[in-house]
Amino acid sequence: MMSKNKNNISRRHFLRDGFWAGCLAALGGLTGFLLSKLRKTNTVWQIDPYTCIACGNCATYCVLEESAVKCVHAFALCGYCRICFGFFGPEPVEINEGAENQLCPTGAITRTFVEDPYYEYTIDESLCNGCGKCVKGCNTFGNGSLSLQVRHDRCLNCNECSIAAACPSGAYKRVPADEPYMLKKVGHA
Amino acid sequence: MVRFCYIRIGIALFLILCSSTTGTERFPPPDFIETNYVIPSPTVPGPRQDIYEYIDAGVLLAVLGLSSYLVLRNRSRRAIFILMVFSLLYFGFWRKGCVCPVGAIQNIVLSIFDRDYVVPIAIAFFFLLPLVFALFFGRVFCAGVCPLGAVQDLVLLRPTSVPNWLESGLRLFAYVYLAAAVLFAATGSAFLICRYDPFVAFFRLNGNLNILIIGACLLLISMFIGRPYCRFICPYGVLLRQLSRLSKWRVTITPDECIQCRLCEDSCPFGAIKRPTTDWPATEYSRSKKRLAVLIILLPVLIFLCGWTGSGLKMVTSRMHARVRLAERIYLEDTGKVQDTTDASLAFRTTGKEPKVLYEEASNIRAEFGLGGWFFGGFTGLVIGLKLIAVSVWRQRTDYEADRAGCLACGRCFKYCPKEHVRLKKVKEVTG
Repeated sequence: MMSKNKNNISRRHFLRDGFWAGCLAALGGLTGFLLSKLRKTNTVWQIDPYTCIACGNCATYCVLEESAVKCVHAFALCGYCRICFGFFGPEPVEINEGAENQLCPTGAITRTFVEDPYYEYTIDESLCNGCGKCVKGCNTFGNGSLSLQVRHDRCLNCNECSIAAACPSGAYKRVPADEPYMLKKVGHA
Repeated sequence: MVRFCYIRIGIALFLILCSSTTGTERFPPPDFIETNYVIPSPTVPGPRQDIYEYIDAGVLLAVLGLSSYLVLRNRSRRAIFILMVFSLLYFGFWRKGCVCPVGAIQNIVLSIFDRDYVVPIAIAFFFLLPLVFALFFGRVFCAGVCPLGAVQDLVLLRPTSVPNWLESGLRLFAYVYLAAAVLFAATGSAFLICRYDPFVAFFRLNGNLNILIIGACLLLISMFIGRPYCRFICPYGVLLRQLSRLSKWRVTITPDECIQCRLCEDSCPFGAIKRPTTDWPATEYSRSKKRLAVLIILLPVLIFLCGWTGSGLKMVTSRMHARVRLAERIYLEDTGKVQDTTDASLAFRTTGKEPKVLYEEASNIRAEFGLGGWFFGGFTGLVIGLKLIAVSVWRQRTDYEADRAGCLACGRCFKYCPKEHVRLKKVKEVTG
């Protein structure tokens, strides 16, 4: 009886050790698999400006109170129009910087005269809420030099981006952290 | 002035109609001959540098090591508590709880099933390290490292015990949650664990209102029931439970030999102390044996039934995937069952893709969910069946022991053991 009991215990120990080794091997195997497709750089979220439809979800779905998405101006693409469809509302009273004429709900775009008839438009990021109204205007009637981008000085880089989950066009992508922006380029097809 | 604006709009519309191509450079960028204006380039503030991710992984390793030492060698609840608060501050409030090992499950699963997704090395570290530690030292991750556990542990005021049947029943949810998280991550639909993480919103002091309310409710519950998220919900806890069953070293309530004084009996707020058992009651024996035999025969049936159900739910579960939702919406619109459009359907129309292609894509995803549903359901059935079998098996114990799987290694029970006091006095004698 005694010897049988002893035997029993050692069998249990053997099984346990076997399982233990099995689990360790499984973890090792998983590590090996991951090593075969591992990237050294982290990934961050970014918006593909050519897929983005500027629906306005970026302004509301971010876990941050003030969204990490802001409008970015690719100046090289800009036509420096006197009448900018990203700046002026659909029916401006006058063509000047008056608040009633502006499209931006927070007045984050500043318009400065460069030379006749060109004007420069810059985004004040502290005011921009990422609603994308100007982006929509510029894409529809202008050159499309305004686009929404995740600003990485603000983004928390959540494992699942809440805006990405709510993005209707699937414009959100994980991109390598050493190339964290997808800015529009001149001559893109 | 305004009239001129309309003329410009007219010209713009004309240009749009004419240029069906890119939509860019309707107004060619000027040369600026009069002034020496230089076209500026947009600022591109970089993300957190990769070196910090490695530092995080290093901190994780150090804290895990320290936690193991404190739990198994030092045996000091106070030290474990301090470490826990440090982890809460560092991984929780400083790092905003992202990425955590719990959520990293999904990245690993996604990298296995999605050829294009590659896991960053730091995330792989976060997933693997606590598991390896669990295999050697038990759930030391839960004890002093996990910020989600720490925030619940801090508010635990008046622990009440949960009856055994309820504890096991509620725990089944964690297994189902794990299986669902794996299913949705594998199909690339969603990261369920991150979406419904109740405490990350606290760490950020910001977030979705519903999640904040769920988190607040869980914190209220954890004032009276020890760590409800860890015990009944945490999917990573499921993995840690199973691995710590096999761990080489583990928490022992007594540093020496159990004298069955019963002092530690009620010390565990998580119900993880197992009492010594009596002998097998003779009346129970034959009944239990029969029940066990029936259960073992029924196990494959249960697995099959649950798997079949899981697979049959594919029309519902696949709606977690954005493409499937979109395909259903486009179908409704194209057949005239709904009149309005959504942002998603508009975005799809602008791409100019054929709905047929989308439908095919959606049906492929549904098929994936059908197959995944077999595994999801089968796993659920297996867990339920094994739980029933485990209940029907009589385990003999002579001492008070910490449950290998359920013990969170918090170290609360140590000071209840009189032998521990002897040990501590001995230490004093040696040093003094």
